[in-house]
Amino acid sequence: MTDKTPLLEVSNLRVAFPTRTGMAEAVRGVSFTLGREKLGIVGESGSGKSMTGRSILRLVPPPGRVTADRLAFNGEDLLAASPRRMRDIRGRRIAMVMQDPKYSLNPVMTVGRQIAEAYRVHSKAGAAEAKRRALEMLAAVRIRDPERVYDRYPHEVSGGMGQRIMIAMMLIPDPDLLIADEPTSALDVTVQMQVLAILDDLCSQRGMGMIFVSHDLNLVASFCDRILIMYAGRVVESCRASELHAARHPYTRGLLASLPKIDEPPGDLPVLSRDPAWLEG
Amino acid sequence: MIDIQDLRVSFGDGGDAVTAVDGITLSVREGESFGLVGESGSGKSTVLRAVSGLNDDWTGRIAVAGADQGPKRQKAFYKLCQMVFQDPYGSLHPRHTVDRILAEPIAIHGLDDADARIDRVLRDVGLGPAFRFRYPHQLSGGQRQRVAIARALVLEPRVLLLDEPTSALDVSVQAEILNLLRRLRAEHGLTLVLVTHNLAVVANLCDRLAVMNRGRLVEEMTVEELRRGAAREPYTLQLLRASLGYDRATAESFRDYA
Amino acid sequence: MTARTDTQSAGWREWLTTDTPQSRAQARLGRAWAGWTAFRRNRLAVAGLLIVLALVVVAALAPVLAPHHPYAQDLNNRLMPPSAVHWLGTDAFGRDILSRLIHGARLTLMIVTLVAATAPLAGLVIGTVAGYFGGWVDTVLMRITDIALAFPKLILALAFVAALGPGIENAVIAIAITSWPPYARIARAETLTVRRADFISAARLQGASSLRIILGHIMPLCVASLIVRTTLDMAGVILTAAGLGFLGLGAQPPLPEWGAMIASGRQYVLEQWWVAAMPGLAIFIVSLGFNLLGDGLRDVLDPKGD
Repeated sequence: MTDKTPLLEVSNLRVAFPTRTGMAEAVRGVSFTLGREKLGIVGESGSGKSMTGRSILRLVPPPGRVTADRLAFNGEDLLAASPRRMRDIRGRRIAMVMQDPKYSLNPVMTVGRQIAEAYRVHSKAGAAEAKRRALEMLAAVRIRDPERVYDRYPHEVSGGMGQRIMIAMMLIPDPDLLIADEPTSALDVTVQMQVLAILDDLCSQRGMGMIFVSHDLNLVASFCDRILIMYAGRVVESCRASELHAARHPYTRGLLASLPKIDEPPGDLPVLSRDPAWLEG
Repeated sequence: MIDIQDLRVSFGDGGDAVTAVDGITLSVREGESFGLVGESGSGKSTVLRAVSGLNDDWTGRIAVAGADQGPKRQKAFYKLCQMVFQDPYGSLHPRHTVDRILAEPIAIHGLDDADARIDRVLRDVGLGPAFRFRYPHQLSGGQRQRVAIARALVLEPRVLLLDEPTSALDVSVQAEILNLLRRLRAEHGLTLVLVTHNLAVVANLCDRLAVMNRGRLVEEMTVEELRRGAAREPYTLQLLRASLGYDRATAESFRDYA
Repeated sequence: MTARTDTQSAGWREWLTTDTPQSRAQARLGRAWAGWTAFRRNRLAVAGLLIVLALVVVAALAPVLAPHHPYAQDLNNRLMPPSAVHWLGTDAFGRDILSRLIHGARLTLMIVTLVAATAPLAGLVIGTVAGYFGGWVDTVLMRITDIALAFPKLILALAFVAALGPGIENAVIAIAITSWPPYARIARAETLTVRRADFISAARLQGASSLRIILGHIMPLCVASLIVRTTLDMAGVILTAAGLGFLGLGAQPPLPEWGAMIASGRQYVLEQWWVAAMPGLAIFIVSLGFNLLGDGLRDVLDPKGD
């Protein structure tokens, strides 16, 4: 585990689901390595971007099958890890934040206790210590009155606050890698920016790596360091976020062109015409 | 075309009542495309639902095409004013074919020549007759939204209310739907009211817009002003900044406007 | 010849599974075909369907299939064990048990059909109306449902039969009256999940009347779970009818109703077990058939599975 080992190595990752007519591949040979950086994975629905994120934690629902030439976290082969080892890695080493906090929080437990529990599972700390850490964490995601929010139930908090609580819960074990799957898509733009700022700070302060899965090209381009653009289960282009406007693949260019822009005069938007050749590219 | 004065809507009663719309006054001219922008909880959709007749618990004055509207609408109102919903997966009946979905409004209003009308409206929204007997589960999200637009157009209304019509769609499909709406507006001389949180969509489709926050109207402006960034209210400026993408320093500057 | 039928059936299949049906009928048939394909994959459900179909066939052809007349007494051959002449033995009056079971299938089928045609329908109407309108309509209808639910089914049926007089028609009425409330509950629950859906709002915005929305939009979505529930309940209906028959309050002698047959075999159950066991077996098989069918239908029809 030297600095030379990348945080995450993915080589020829494939996710396939059996259907009546044979195997349908949702992810078809994705390869990338991740250091302590923010990597964006962008694509439209059905591009396999979420499956890529889930397969790293081996959270692909059965009967889906994940194969890869290499899927290693800090040099450790994730595909060979025992279920017990995976549980240990999930949460403590790699955390995941999903789109809708409503479905990820336990509705009958106060949010504070859920965060404290998440801490105790991985740290064997006492109750008082866990509560103290949970309150600290709530403050870290910029919840103004942590003591009060600690005793609330999930349905009593707004969407933006729910997502901050999710992030607090995921980050309290101090993971090395965060996989965020559309973490802010359900939020208003201003709240979205604030949540992203929290993630941004946590990444830079803790040296955490992050995979940010999103459909929003602009957002990813402005938030991440590097971008993978996925189409039909493949990475069609990867570039530095700052160079997205100079993207070369016709799919990426088409997506960028089809976005309406505030400073452009109204008029028909260029429509993406899909080239079958992209499927193989 | 649409005249709203001092519209108030609240949900619940007594001490638990929540005021969703708190005295809105605005008017939309005939043939205009008007954007109603705001974040969740701003009351923008509630205004639209009150105008459409879906919400009958409001006070104030709503006039459409010069006629004052009460909480309950006459059948003729629905021929004048139709609505398209946000979620193309939720707005089509899962057990009705496209044919049945489009035939129903024709039957309700006793119009003649259903076959020709359905064929024409399907072509109008860019779906051929091949789609006529499909079920919603055999359609993609964009195709479903086209069917929903066709359903709204089959009665040949003059006003089309659009509630976030593209926010559930991929950007490439969003572009197709926006282009379709622009073409339909020109061909049929429609008046559009578009509710959305996306300023870029408003800039693309609308002539004028109103920004709402917490049930109140923050400001009205033309899209030309929006494009120049010439907003007067700090809340609008904040929305504009937020829609430009992530920036650490900008995110720090955001605050709540009551 | 076979090659030709092969291409013909392939053509049919293509016509049924196409993504672009050309007519209403084709769309509907295609949907039915997709349901059948899903249903067919569940072996147990197909077995259930076969049992239920067998019940229908046996009931329809009872006079042809039965080797003896169901009422023909032969007091010299009382309580005979199963043999070549009387496959399932004879009862206390020397009547052929097999023939009585075959004719009894008609009664069972009649009870099942009558109950299935009334109780779920009443429940569907009450439940959807209550769910769609809400408010005081909902309160009134659902309190009535609660009251009806609070009575134990068999006891209430007993009271009805006691008031109306014993007999198979009155037993059916009693069962129907006591079994609608759960259907109303289900229909109301389904209605509540869809009544705020955008497609209902869309229908209202086209000017559709409440009647049109309930009949055309809400009921089709409730029917699936009601069919499933009805099928699963049929076993219980058969048992309740048999129970009433057993208590002497349902079908009256000499009608070959299965429950009544068990009752009359009760006194010989230790020595001449077949007299009670054969109708018991028939009830068991038919109930099992309905249960298996219901489980299979649930997998096919459940709208949440879409």
